[in-house]
Amino acid sequence: MIPENVMNEPSWYESSARARINGLLDADSFSEILGPVDRVMSPHLALFDLPPAFDDGMIIGRGSIDGRSVAVAAQEGQFMGGTFAEVSGAKLVGLLRAVARSAGTPQAVSTVFLLLDTGGVRLQEANAGEMAVSETIRAILDVRKAGVPVVALIGGRAGAFGGGGLVTACCSHIIISEQGRISVSGPEVIETNKGVEEFDSRDRALVWRVTGGRSRVLLGGADAYVKGDIASFRKSAAQVSNSVPSFSLQTLEQEQERLEQRLQAYGGCRDTPEIWTIAGLPTPDGIADLTEDEFIRLLAKEGIRHDAR
Amino acid sequence: MEKFTIHARAKATLSGKSANAITGVVASGNLEILFERKGDSLDVTVDVMTASHGYQPVWEAVIKDFVERVSPGGMHIAIHDNGARPDTVLLRLMQGARLMEAQS
Repeated sequence: MIPENVMNEPSWYESSARARINGLLDADSFSEILGPVDRVMSPHLALFDLPPAFDDGMIIGRGSIDGRSVAVAAQEGQFMGGTFAEVSGAKLVGLLRAVARSAGTPQAVSTVFLLLDTGGVRLQEANAGEMAVSETIRAILDVRKAGVPVVALIGGRAGAFGGGGLVTACCSHIIISEQGRISVSGPEVIETNKGVEEFDSRDRALVWRVTGGRSRVLLGGADAYVKGDIASFRKSAAQVSNSVPSFSLQTLEQEQERLEQRLQAYGGCRDTPEIWTIAGLPTPDGIADLTEDEFIRLLAKEGIRHDAR
Repeated sequence: MEKFTIHARAKATLSGKSANAITGVVASGNLEILFERKGDSLDVTVDVMTASHGYQPVWEAVIKDFVERVSPGGMHIAIHDNGARPDTVLLRLMQGARLMEAQS
């Protein structure tokens, strides 16, 4: 059952990218860069007889959270599956580069928030999309190197798949909800390549059990778990700033070691309950059935094991 | 994809201070609409790009209905449609007009 305080809140999962930005930032603080009126659109979709979007499904700009200046980029997951493409990618990379360049100046922002909601690269402009993913990764690392945290917020309908999964993993901090999913190869892709015995993409419980927010945060692939309403994402985002570990070689080496240990411990598992059994969690078969409050209590008890962050 | 422009004349200009507004998303069965204020004229222009072919008469009927209800004089309206039904189109047009009528 949905708790009453969540039922009446706008849901992150159900909201458009613009509604998420408005709920995340201080009221009326958002100032968009290259907005719909500028009509910076994909030049490729017409070739495929597809309608474009005025913002190419990527909304970028600046605003504030609790008065602190931040940069924000949000993908519209409902347009072309929230894809990385030439124009949308250039907007995101441009924003990140501007943030890195302005670090330490009066125009600096305290944090970058990436509201990712994507199935990966847009197939109609795939080469440009792949380039956009790699340029985005480079730009995120440059922003982190300049001392500005990059925070991913994952809870949209398309999840964070393909290049979106890689980009998410490169962020300083990841906030996720139960509905959020992070992975590289999507369920359909795995099933197509390896067969239904490997992964049944129509088994929704399996998909969420493996790629969903609860598993990701228990395994350390996300750093904060929130209920699926916009206000919870905002609250968690507002608290982030000072809890991000330094972006150093030592951090990365420690993480590499942790991931090797993780692979050793769980590499033979076929499904998440097997992992939770080895990890010694109570009710390993019932993690998905816990209420949000019960899960958050479990998480507080177990602690979060960071991934490279 | 089909592209066409529909011209209409409203009885009055649309009130409000917003220079532009966007509503909706180019998702399956949905559409996005960008409203831009172009002076005090009574003219209304609607640029339509739609993934569904052969529905221009339906678009003209929906927009005629919208113009009669709201009188959006001075509006330039641009639409990217991905197969929205007429009732969804009218709903989005009404939402867009409401955003334009905002006083700040």
